[in-house]
Amino acid sequence: MSELPLLTAPEPNPETVFFWEQAALKKFFVKTCNDCSQAHWYPRARCPFCESANTEWRESAGLGKIYSFSLVSPAKAPYVIAFVSLDEGPTLLTNIIAPDHADIAIGHLVRVAFAPAGQNMSIPVFTLVTERPSPAL
Amino acid sequence: MSIRGVASIAGIFEHPLRKALDKSVAQLHAEVAAGALADAGLSLRDVDGYFCAGDAPGLGPLSMAEYLNINPRFLNSTDTGGSSYLIHVISAAQAIAAGQCNVALITLAGRPRSEGAVGTGVRGNAQPDMQWESPYRPSVANLYAMFAARHMFEFGTTSEQLAWIKVAASHHAQHNPHAMLRETVTVEDVLNSPVIASPLHRLDCCVVSDGGGAIVVTRPELARELGKPDIRLRGGGAAVKHQAGGKLDLTFTAAVRSGEAAFTEAGVTPADIRYASIYDSFTITVLAQLEDLGFCAKGQGGKFVADGALIAGKGRLAVNTDGGGLCNNHPANRGGVTKIIEAVRQLRGQAHPLVQVPDCRLALAQAMGGTLSTRHVSATLILERM
Repeated sequence: MSELPLLTAPEPNPETVFFWEQAALKKFFVKTCNDCSQAHWYPRARCPFCESANTEWRESAGLGKIYSFSLVSPAKAPYVIAFVSLDEGPTLLTNIIAPDHADIAIGHLVRVAFAPAGQNMSIPVFTLVTERPSPAL
Repeated sequence: MSIRGVASIAGIFEHPLRKALDKSVAQLHAEVAAGALADAGLSLRDVDGYFCAGDAPGLGPLSMAEYLNINPRFLNSTDTGGSSYLIHVISAAQAIAAGQCNVALITLAGRPRSEGAVGTGVRGNAQPDMQWESPYRPSVANLYAMFAARHMFEFGTTSEQLAWIKVAASHHAQHNPHAMLRETVTVEDVLNSPVIASPLHRLDCCVVSDGGGAIVVTRPELARELGKPDIRLRGGGAAVKHQAGGKLDLTFTAAVRSGEAAFTEAGVTPADIRYASIYDSFTITVLAQLEDLGFCAKGQGGKFVADGALIAGKGRLAVNTDGGGLCNNHPANRGGVTKIIEAVRQLRGQAHPLVQVPDCRLALAQAMGGTLSTRHVSATLILERM
């Protein structure tokens, strides 16, 4: 189960194409507002908290923890859908990729990885990590 | 402007079929419309307000207006999934109070069981959330399951407690000759059914059924002239909840706000409610709404529903005495209309004798459209027999 699944490709639009171009390069970006300093998800051109249009993409280390999850169809082709709360604040819908599903728990630390999607795209998924990378990283 | 007391539910009809291989969707809408109008003592010629949602075929209410050959002067096609029809009742009351219609017809019908469709959404490229969610294989079940998982983590809710909600529904459904699942089940049956999306088992999930239902809302004077029990709308509320830009909180639903609005308008409290229709797409849906409506404290829903507490005549609160979506019917994958219908039956004294709440004068109908975890609209009605 540790292999990354081939997922359905998302359909970018002019508001989101940057994110998906970067994801294809295995870089994870989060939209952050330059006026209220809050990160949000899913990414929008205008800040959903303060109405500012002064938002920018900021690269994220993709660290967070599991807020909730569900092991789907355990009897056949199981997969794990989850909400992950990023260190930057927002919580997002994703998949957890883990060799052993029994290790997955609410509160577990996770880090972003990229799974292939469609022909030339990749989408952020998360894998279990046991500790934060050192700050010197 | 309050809608308290301005409108009555004069007609109800629930389609008896649970599989409709040889009928069109428009035909099913027409059949439930005819049934509810006949129940009210009215006909299509009397309808001057028409309401439908995304289960109706065609462009909003237009295609069905032509099919039914009606010319209503008030139209509404608000679509919030399963809660649409409760919002339609509120909107109908507003239109009646404003003099914009006198007889409002609300229809729901579909055939997902025949067509093999699950879910209520119309999904397209322009839906802004889809590219961030669809690659991860969300389903109705796993999106509700994550709400359940978080509820268990926060409050210690158990699968056994959730199972009691299904057990109560099955005890009611055994008395409903039209119910899709009429066999009573035990907590063990639920826990031994396959896990669909952890922590939800197969028997935590509602049925997929064809069918539908309709409601006729009129001026109270007209309802009384028609000789029907006057079932009056006493309060109503609707509210939306979503992921809020990433500030997700899966410990509550929008029923917190729709319920408060409805109870405030009605001037009553949960303790006054004798019967409650609570949307039951999944067992967890019921538990969350009971907490959020104030029938018990937040986090105490598991204890509130356990040990048969929702079984009519035995428990503390009769819930979904038709068997609900879990056992009776979830037409078009949207159970909202049947929630109103069973509440009206209880208020009229027309529920099955073995599940009828004695002298039921105040009832609540509660529905939820969308999913508990990503985005949903809750609607609450408080109905009173005058």
